[in-house]
Amino acid sequence: MRMLKWAGVAALALTVGGTAQAEKIKIGVVLPFSGANADLGHQVDKAFDLYIKLHAKDIAPHTIEIVKRDEGPPTGANAKTVATELITNDKVQILTGFVFSPSAIALAPVVTQAKVPMVIANAGTAWITNLSPYIARLSFSMWHHGYPMGAYAFDKIGCKTAALAYTDFPPGKDSTEAFKTGFEKAGGKVTESIPLGSPVQVPDFTPFFQRIKDSKPDCMYVFIPSGAHATGVTKAYGELGMRKAGIKLIGPMDLIPDNKLQDMGDAAIGTIVMGNYAVDLDNAENKAFNAAWHKEYGANSYPDFMSAAGWDTMHAIFDTIKKLNGNVTDGAKFIDAMKGWKTKSPRGDVMIDPDTRDIVQDEHAMEVIRKPDGKLGVKVLGTTKAVKDECKVLKLGRCGT
Amino acid sequence: MAANDPTGAQSAIVTPVRDAAATAARDRAAEYLVSRHRFRWAEALPWLACIAVFFLFPDRLTFGSQVLVMVLFALSLDLILGYAGIVTLGQAAFFGIGAYTVGLGAARLGWTEPVSGLFAAFFVAALAGFISGWFLLRYRGLTLLMLTLATAIMMQEAGNLGSEFSGGYDGLPGLVFDPLLGRFEYDLYGRTNYVYALVVLAVVFYFVRRIVYSPFGQALTGIRENVRRMHAIGSPVHWRLVTVYTIAAGIAGVAGALFTQTNAYVTLTVFDFENSAKVMVMLILGGTGRLYGAFLGAAVYMIMEDYFSKLSPTFWQFGIGLLLVLAVLFARRGVLGLFEQFGAYFTKEKSKGAKP
Repeated sequence: MRMLKWAGVAALALTVGGTAQAEKIKIGVVLPFSGANADLGHQVDKAFDLYIKLHAKDIAPHTIEIVKRDEGPPTGANAKTVATELITNDKVQILTGFVFSPSAIALAPVVTQAKVPMVIANAGTAWITNLSPYIARLSFSMWHHGYPMGAYAFDKIGCKTAALAYTDFPPGKDSTEAFKTGFEKAGGKVTESIPLGSPVQVPDFTPFFQRIKDSKPDCMYVFIPSGAHATGVTKAYGELGMRKAGIKLIGPMDLIPDNKLQDMGDAAIGTIVMGNYAVDLDNAENKAFNAAWHKEYGANSYPDFMSAAGWDTMHAIFDTIKKLNGNVTDGAKFIDAMKGWKTKSPRGDVMIDPDTRDIVQDEHAMEVIRKPDGKLGVKVLGTTKAVKDECKVLKLGRCGT
Repeated sequence: MAANDPTGAQSAIVTPVRDAAATAARDRAAEYLVSRHRFRWAEALPWLACIAVFFLFPDRLTFGSQVLVMVLFALSLDLILGYAGIVTLGQAAFFGIGAYTVGLGAARLGWTEPVSGLFAAFFVAALAGFISGWFLLRYRGLTLLMLTLATAIMMQEAGNLGSEFSGGYDGLPGLVFDPLLGRFEYDLYGRTNYVYALVVLAVVFYFVRRIVYSPFGQALTGIRENVRRMHAIGSPVHWRLVTVYTIAAGIAGVAGALFTQTNAYVTLTVFDFENSAKVMVMLILGGTGRLYGAFLGAAVYMIMEDYFSKLSPTFWQFGIGLLLVLAVLFARRGVLGLFEQFGAYFTKEKSKGAKP
């Protein structure tokens, strides 16, 4: 299963028999396919495969060949080795995937040296796009959710004071920093900021939250890695009766991962998150995307924000191939052609910022509700249009270099 | 005289005989030790293979240099686990210290000369090994296992606490090192890195080989086999262990430094438990307490990992698991042990055939 060849597309290309020369474009996909993080890789990979299956005819007479490799653990070293080999050994013309920031960071000098475009489908550390002119990102940075949430929480949710709690690793620090910047700018006051330990194990959140409960802020902004942590947060929040005490639970959308939401129960209802995607988003593109997904992967499989970003990533790559008429050997030209790319995506309006090569997208404030069918879902409260990565706008720390 | 003094006669007769036997035994032992130290032609094979790889697989050298780094790391563990019998799960602490010595040196101090960076990594990691070893090696077995594990975790947490300085889990990006010896640039195909890693490995390997076959190395094996006996004959057990722990820490530091230099990047994941555990699995797979066990184990493990993960990016870990189960069932003394068994089997066959 190392290579997926789209032979049908080749056949189609022959029958069409266009005048343009049919190019075969090799794309290297680097995603975590093994170990504890395999789930993440598969959510992106399914979106890639689905897009290619449905849209391969769009780039005819050109065809693509996908070479998949395992990203491995988030050390940087493994991803760098396999991606370098995709360039030197498999001669891929485009690299994509990359769930973990260290992978993208480690690889940046390599793609600069090799002049191969690297289109990121997830890795969220804000300053990654500054590391190489050959990098473009279709997903988000932690600032995309955190920063607009600051203003929204103060203006719309009614948080005058907020306590921050975060898992102590880069995305957690970035997310809380982003929220704090936006929140203080709007006039809010951060009462305290509590690290919740390493991402490796899920701690008992009760002592941390008890401390916050005692200090009585209006809101509690929590960042934890999307996954098992999320259920723990809602559980502790519910058991301590914090909502009754008047402390609202807010955060980025990692707080309510789609595949964990149903396990959270009533404690989750009323939680307000900021994010770029939810299955329940009401737009035509998202409905079509969900329908195609269910048709391919069954009624019980749902896309998530990573799949939506994966879908858009392949979309951008395909559009760029079309724009260049299959002539993608020049990496610099490829990235240039990608700048300013925009579309209506399942996430809303998205665009690649010509200056930073990072995504500009809509951010939705979403509240957890119980839907008429008894399941938990989200309701969009409001949308902030065209959100840029504010860290790079404000040139904070490494984002400024 | 002999008849008058039977006891004296007996001693007079027996003593020289015993002396002769003892001398002969001593000579045989000395001859054995010297012969162990002697270079055997089979030892050239792995090195020739490494050189052949350079010419046969010019587009796989990035991976090749990662393998060589792991061989070096496994070698450092072999020295303490295989020879001195120190069971540790914290070797990644020294690997990480070495990795961050050159990483922080380049990022914060502008120390971008690679070879002197290796020496710095050796000394910093060795110092950490000396201090922690001096405390920890009073304990053995499970206690030591937990304490060494805790050492690595403490290093990782310290790095995370000072993430402004260390770069945290996002690491130190875009490290740029001077061209090797001022002449060789780092190319995309990893040629320079491969040759660099191979030369460093060869030098360290020679150094370790000398240690293992020295009287000091014999004392370590003695401690591994019977620590009470070594105490009884007056061997300074604690200091012997601290010394070898310090040296092994230094070598792990060199491996870590090479890791940072060949990747031009380092994150706090180098301190992961997984890193310590993986290197131990590699060593056990190859065979502990034999120099080339580290070589073979790391190479076999990583090549299998690479091969399986290409075959199926999703299910490759099953292949690795199967390999390890088979190794434990049929090759208790590692792959090298398996080779030896085969060798012994054939020689037995031959001698049986010659008898009748």
